Amino acid sequence: MSPVTAFLTDSTICIGCKACEVACKEWNGIKADGLEFSGFSYDNTGAVGHSTWRHVKFVEQGPVIGLGGNALEFPAWGFSSDVCKHCEVAGCLEACPTGSIVRTEFGGVYIQPDVCNGCAYCVVACPFGVVERNQSDGRAFKCTFCYDRQKVGLTPACATACPTESIKFGEISELRETAQARVEALHERGVEDARIYDPRDSSVGGTHSIFILRGDPRTYNLPPQPRVPGEYMSAGWTSAAIAAGAMLAGALIAFLGDSRR
Amino acid sequence: MSIGPKPPRQSRLPDAASEARLLELRREAEQRGMVTSAGAKPAGAPFPQASPEAGYYGMPLLKKPGWSWEVPVYFFVGGAAGAAAVIGAMANWTGADKRLVRDARWVASLGGPISTGLLISDLGRPARFLNMLRVFKVQSPMSVGAWTLSAFASASAASAFAEAVDRRFGGLMPVRVLGNAAEALAASTGVVMSSYTGVLIGATVIPVWNENVRTLPLHFAASGVGSAVSVLELMGHDDSTALNTLGIGAAAYEAYEGLHIETHPTAANEPLRAGVSGWVTRSGGVLSGPVPLLLRLAALSTRGETARNFRRAAAMSTLVGSFITRVAWIMAGHASSKDYRLPLERGGAKQRQELPPRSRQQEKELLPRERPDKPHGISK
Ligand code: SF4
Repeated sequence: MSPVTAFLTDSTICIGCKACEVACKEWNGIKADGLEFSGFSYDNTGAVGHSTWRHVKFVEQGPVIGLGGNALEFPAWGFSSDVCKHCEVAGCLEACPTGSIVRTEFGGVYIQPDVCNGCAYCVVACPFGVVERNQSDGRAFKCTFCYDRQKVGLTPACATACPTESIKFGEISELRETAQARVEALHERGVEDARIYDPRDSSVGGTHSIFILRGDPRTYNLPPQPRVPGEYMSAGWTSAAIAAGAMLAGALIAFLGDSRR
Repeated sequence: MSIGPKPPRQSRLPDAASEARLLELRREAEQRGMVTSAGAKPAGAPFPQASPEAGYYGMPLLKKPGWSWEVPVYFFVGGAAGAAAVIGAMANWTGADKRLVRDARWVASLGGPISTGLLISDLGRPARFLNMLRVFKVQSPMSVGAWTLSAFASASAASAFAEAVDRRFGGLMPVRVLGNAAEALAASTGVVMSSYTGVLIGATVIPVWNENVRTLPLHFAASGVGSAVSVLELMGHDDSTALNTLGIGAAAYEAYEGLHIETHPTAANEPLRAGVSGWVTRSGGVLSGPVPLLLRLAALSTRGETARNFRRAAAMSTLVGSFITRVAWIMAGHASSKDYRLPLERGGAKQRQELPPRSRQQEKELLPRERPDKPHGISK
């Protein structure tokens, strides 16, 4: 049986070199996004999307003494490489009407490009804002978890290219232990705000992209309580059933009550 | 052309006010670490910072819905067609006027292919529409909708066809039985057509949509019934009491829905009340709720040509209002997806209401930023 794999992205040792971003684009043959100056630190990419599957966030914060790694007087400057979370309960996968989005034998969430018909429903089903439709190609794209590389026993491109091993790749339960040990070690060294981001107590039920962050995950645009659309389903269908009943009953009553039928 | 600063004064005598001002500047610098004053601030300052409150530079966390204009139009046409099938079936079963049955069947059967066309043209890969029918997934409202639409389009077309054959060749028993069976199927899928779109957008991660998942299917169904009634009235059935009754019911629900939105000023509902999407929502609500309601009630208390005029006005108002309402919900969804604040709030929808309201100043500071629009390069 194939192992269930995961990414562990350790932001505390990320140096913001963007090797992962470049490696991802090169391996997967994704076009450049163009050159725009965002004004947000060294980040002109913005967010993961249809043409960016790994994205390094440059988190510039107010000067907090001791946060940021360098000398005390410098403002905090953190980096974190973002990616599809490969959710345990994936909104995109559940929403996909064609069965194009599947769970692979490695536990990742994969869009089969030859099946996707571009309905864009996965886009509004992802609580992390990852998957996006490419308007000129028509289909939805996101990180494939390097399904092609994993199938031949290789490590995903981003993890292979990462010079500091900030992106670790491996068996999921082992990586969860690694993450725990790393955070404990950081706490011992006085980095008290280090934490694991793996929303297992939310309806996403955990991810295959675990992060070690410093401080509040919201600073990284990571929702503390991601909610999959499945949560709203029963309320929605109940209302639809009431609506259906009301329509049938209403029309029946209206015609029965019409004396000139 | 910009006017340069005034030339500096040649010399000046110090006075109490000038010295007090210098001390004030010194105090401000001491206390705040910087002095903020026009000219001392570079353009764009204060520079954006990432923080738990402002998220990642205020950039949208969610992706905006990728849908184009076809989707709201589909909601409108599909909703009206579904309701028309129900009206036709009920009119038939209760033995109402034959012309009404026939016209309702035709409206439903025309709505089927138009809806299908709209749905297909919104796909990024229209040629792959049939992939929708590769699998059936109850957990995906899009899948349920695609199957429902297919069944509805076939059944309503069959019932209209049977109607035509029946009329041409007169009272053929098997044709009539088949037509009625198709009509029953069209009506039972029709109720889904009118209401499922509410679940389709309600069961998503877009805050303004999932906040209203409980009322959206009812709202869309009422909107669909209102427009089906209106289309039939404008086709000449403006003397059917049953249609007016149905129209009153739909308009009353729409009025209630508008009231519901106005009285639930949650953070997630903001796009329904503020900005462009707010005004579009309001105008759609007024045109499909209170306006036709009053006109239809007026029609009840008058008779003859006056009543008909009231009803025709109500019908037109409802159609325009229903269409605007669908557009408004999509616009609100776009606005909502740009607001990074809601998905970042701990606990999401359930706890949203309990958060203390933000002050105006806070609101301004936390204003969401546009994600720089990237040209869409072709992947692969
Ligand atoms: S993060 Fe979004 S795109 Fe990735 S698996 Fe989860 S729902 Fe799907």
